[in-house]
Amino acid sequence: MAATTIAGRCLAPAEGRTPKRAGAQRESLDMSEVMIEALDLSKRYDDSLALDKVSMEVRRGEVLGFLGPNGAGKSTTMKILTCFTAPTEGTAKVNGCDIFDDSLGVRKSIGYLPESTALYHDMLVLEYLQFVAEMRGLNGAEQRKQVKKVVEETGLEGVFAKGIQTLSKGYKQRVGLAQALLHEPPILILDEPMSGLDPNQAVEIRDLIKEIGRERTVILSTHNLAEVQVACDRVLIISKGRIVADDTPAGLSERAGKRRYLVTVQKSNGLSETSGCAALEKISGVQRVRSLAAEAEDELSFELLPTTDEDLRAPVFKAAVDNGYTLLDLHREGQNLEQVFRDLTTTESPDPEAHDAAAE
Amino acid sequence: MDRTLTIAKREFRGYFNSPAAYIVVCLFLLLLGFFFWSPFFLANRASVRGMFDLMSVLLLPTAPAMTMGLLSEEKRTGTIEVLLTMPVRDSEVILGKFLGALSLLSVLLLLTVAYPLSVSTLGTIDWGPILTGYLALLLQGSAMLAIGVLASSWTDNQLIAFFVAGMMCFALWIVSRFLPFIPQQAAGIIEWISFDYHFRNLVRGVIDTRNVFYFLSVIGLALAMAFRSLESRRWS
Ligand SMILES: Nc1ncnc2c1ncn2[C@@H]1O[C@H](COP(=O)(O)OP(=O)(O)O)[C@@H](O)[C@H]1O
Ligand SMILES: [Mg+2]
Repeated sequence: MAATTIAGRCLAPAEGRTPKRAGAQRESLDMSEVMIEALDLSKRYDDSLALDKVSMEVRRGEVLGFLGPNGAGKSTTMKILTCFTAPTEGTAKVNGCDIFDDSLGVRKSIGYLPESTALYHDMLVLEYLQFVAEMRGLNGAEQRKQVKKVVEETGLEGVFAKGIQTLSKGYKQRVGLAQALLHEPPILILDEPMSGLDPNQAVEIRDLIKEIGRERTVILSTHNLAEVQVACDRVLIISKGRIVADDTPAGLSERAGKRRYLVTVQKSNGLSETSGCAALEKISGVQRVRSLAAEAEDELSFELLPTTDEDLRAPVFKAAVDNGYTLLDLHREGQNLEQVFRDLTTTESPDPEAHDAAAE
Repeated sequence: MDRTLTIAKREFRGYFNSPAAYIVVCLFLLLLGFFFWSPFFLANRASVRGMFDLMSVLLLPTAPAMTMGLLSEEKRTGTIEVLLTMPVRDSEVILGKFLGALSLLSVLLLLTVAYPLSVSTLGTIDWGPILTGYLALLLQGSAMLAIGVLASSWTDNQLIAFFVAGMMCFALWIVSRFLPFIPQQAAGIIEWISFDYHFRNLVRGVIDTRNVFYFLSVIGLALAMAFRSLESRRWS
């Protein structure tokens, strides 16, 4: 419930949500088919809640980015979707297979690159790919064909006779990707595929993923904003086990391009976070008001997002006076993307409803 | 089943990619040869009977060394995530790992056939008890390997897996030596759970299904527990 409201509020205009690079071959796919459907996934580790009712839908051909700081729950979500671990509550369907009832079916439909890109270091690249192919049920001529194909696709021609141990991080990442692609899965789940690489390697891997993502549904996670901007059609921002935003990269930039107003007033009787929000929302030209963590005990801070570029400082000042608030601070600033991200992932709870639910 | 064999094959080949397996096998054969040919040994036993007792002792560190990394290393490096997100059942993974180790053990036992063969050039020997002796070694070795797979599923540290498996095997092996100190009522049970009791019967040249059944039960139980332990990751 909480997740849907948050997501709902953050939706970009509908036309912004459809993937933009609809190439010739993509039009033949049924892009509306839901490939991954997660419902209220929660995961509890001992006494900490790693995931809190995460719901999402991913459609065919979509490249979805999980964006969030370390410990947000990105890897946990991926481990649940790949059936490595089970959710404490909730369930999910991957390519029509339930993660509890048909885990083998789920695992046949996905290629997975875990966070650590762990490979068997004592094997040659070719041996390793043959092993994975065999595990995926590919034998004989079919196996040779697929191995050859992924070796070309991921640019491993020069190293396939080498020991995995001797490869650079970038090449290991390619082997990890090759391994995930062998059985031509309709869904790819890639956990931080670009982290730990130098900028050149990261760009190469990113381009590779974009290429791969043309025909497949891809979920990738990252804590890097720039990566998600370039590689993804849609972004889920995850923080503390919850989805706090669901938007296109363009939608995120749009938010980032906007100005925002920060208002701080003195706390007084009859002025609470909610009543303050309500009063400020009435100002014409204000799209949305959110209360922020205040710097001092007796202060309240709000963030106002405007609908237009018009200067709102005068109306805000006037509204404060009309309501009898003691205005301590009022300023206007341009938001950059990092700020949007930081705000979404650091505020206690961006949604009053979610806050109530948590308090129960 | 195909996937079980794929895993077993990878493990078996993997042994020969590192010097560790060669060292373990060579040490086993060298120690066996040293004791086997030592004058003391020859003087006391002109038969190969003692060789089997010796090998059963040598297996105590050897079997855990073969199994220690099977699951713990996959956990430590994280390769287990790739392995278990492939379309393979947890039980197939456990069985594949076990069969991989069993292949190496079989190779090792085959190599030791050189010793009875060399004895047979010195005089006639009775091959019957030798065959049952090898059956006993294979069964007891398999039970030790299954215990090793179990220990390896408990930790991500292969040294810990080695010592835990070693201690468990040692306990099952040594326990019959304490029979005189155990009250009469319990002695029967203790004797029955010890490796040595069943091993001795087989080495004597008698194949008793009860002894075979004992070892198969230990293998089944240990592998089932390893399966449970692997599966428990999903709920933790
Ligand atoms: N195996 C585990 N045992 C206990 N806690 C865990 C385990 N795995 C993850 N966590 C906790 O769950 C939270 C989410 O972790 P994770 O999904 O790895 O985050 P991310 O991938 O976004 O960095 C973290 O607080 C982490 O400490
Ligand atoms: Mg992670």
